[in-house]
Amino acid sequence: MSSRPEFLAPPEIFYDDSEARKYTSSSRIVEIQARLSERALELLALPEDDVPRFLLDIGCGSGLSGETISENGHQWIGLDISASMLNVAVEREVEGDLLLGDMGQGLGFRAGVIDGAISISAVQWLCNADKSSHEPRLRLKAFFGSLYRCLSRGARAVFQVYPESIAQRELILRQALQAGFGGGLVVDYPHSTKKRKEFLVLTCGSVPTSINDGHKEGDSDDDDDDSEEEENGMVCVSDRSRPRKKQRTNKKGKGREWVLRKKEQSRRKGNDVPADSKYTARKRKSRF
Amino acid sequence: MRLITHNMLSCNIKGVTNGFPLKIEAEKVVEKEVDFNPDFLRHMFAKIEWKALVEAARSMGYAELPEDSPDATVIDSADETFLRKLHHALLELHLEEGALVCPETGRKFPVNKGIPNMLLHEDEV
Repeated sequence: MSSRPEFLAPPEIFYDDSEARKYTSSSRIVEIQARLSERALELLALPEDDVPRFLLDIGCGSGLSGETISENGHQWIGLDISASMLNVAVEREVEGDLLLGDMGQGLGFRAGVIDGAISISAVQWLCNADKSSHEPRLRLKAFFGSLYRCLSRGARAVFQVYPESIAQRELILRQALQAGFGGGLVVDYPHSTKKRKEFLVLTCGSVPTSINDGHKEGDSDDDDDDSEEEENGMVCVSDRSRPRKKQRTNKKGKGREWVLRKKEQSRRKGNDVPADSKYTARKRKSRF
Repeated sequence: MRLITHNMLSCNIKGVTNGFPLKIEAEKVVEKEVDFNPDFLRHMFAKIEWKALVEAARSMGYAELPEDSPDATVIDSADETFLRKLHHALLELHLEEGALVCPETGRKFPVNKGIPNMLLHEDEV
């Protein structure tokens, strides 16, 4: 396998004029991009009422994925950091609007205006620190935070990603969940190393978007939610309503009661535990 | 860049609380015809900041939009004259060359070949 472009140079430098042209003139890449965007749109699960939606294409490059969106009849805004790529997009006369911007700096959109977002092979670029001021964790946080704000309630965001390692996948996923998104990973062709494609499917808020066939709102809502996700083959990693970790310590430390409880627990397990006395859980003197 | 995008875009500089709407300094405006779709316009209407749109359209030299936001009956009615105007303003006017100016800091985002450069400097993040 060829080396990953993220390792060679930052995106705005890697995708220069010649690389941008090469990228778009390769019929293989064009085909793969079209297929990936098609699948991403499918996972976006927009309501099927023939009303065009207003979508965001993050890392739109030369507009290959945007073309698929246009073919499906939706309006879109494309964001990319490489001016050369955008120039190619202008030459190809794509229908969406283009913005030159860095997703790691956050997206400057008003709250709740976007109906959905897709991103093909772009988010993993955020995991690289190309400048001294870059901190991948903060950049991911800025990105997901601003995306969460600008999506309307119940909207979805689908990212096709090529994470380099498990740790990187974890990092991306964790930041997304921390921003408030629910959702998880969809893996196509999990057993093939070459064809394997990972899609991060995130939902903003808890309103299921694909249920539009007149389901009544009511107590069966939760069940609907689950079954819908199963249908889409989604694996829930964790969700935003998970219980918070309990406060471990207070100012004074854990306290005698806590120690006694833990000792009792350990005793029940059959461990060898020192007997309780008046010295148990007492603080040491500072001169000790 | 079309006005629909302008209407969604706000200034993203750190510390700016009211970065919307960006002021348009138009140097070159082009018009491109787009298919008219009333359903899309009705869907988007709720999300549009009317005042910002009217102002933006003015600065691009299109003054046909009414000053006050029309109510829902006008949007839903079969009469399409208003929707046609909205359609033209939102989707057919392109800012080709010029700049967007942040209302709070006065920072200019240049627009070249229809692409606004929204990249921030390191001290603005």
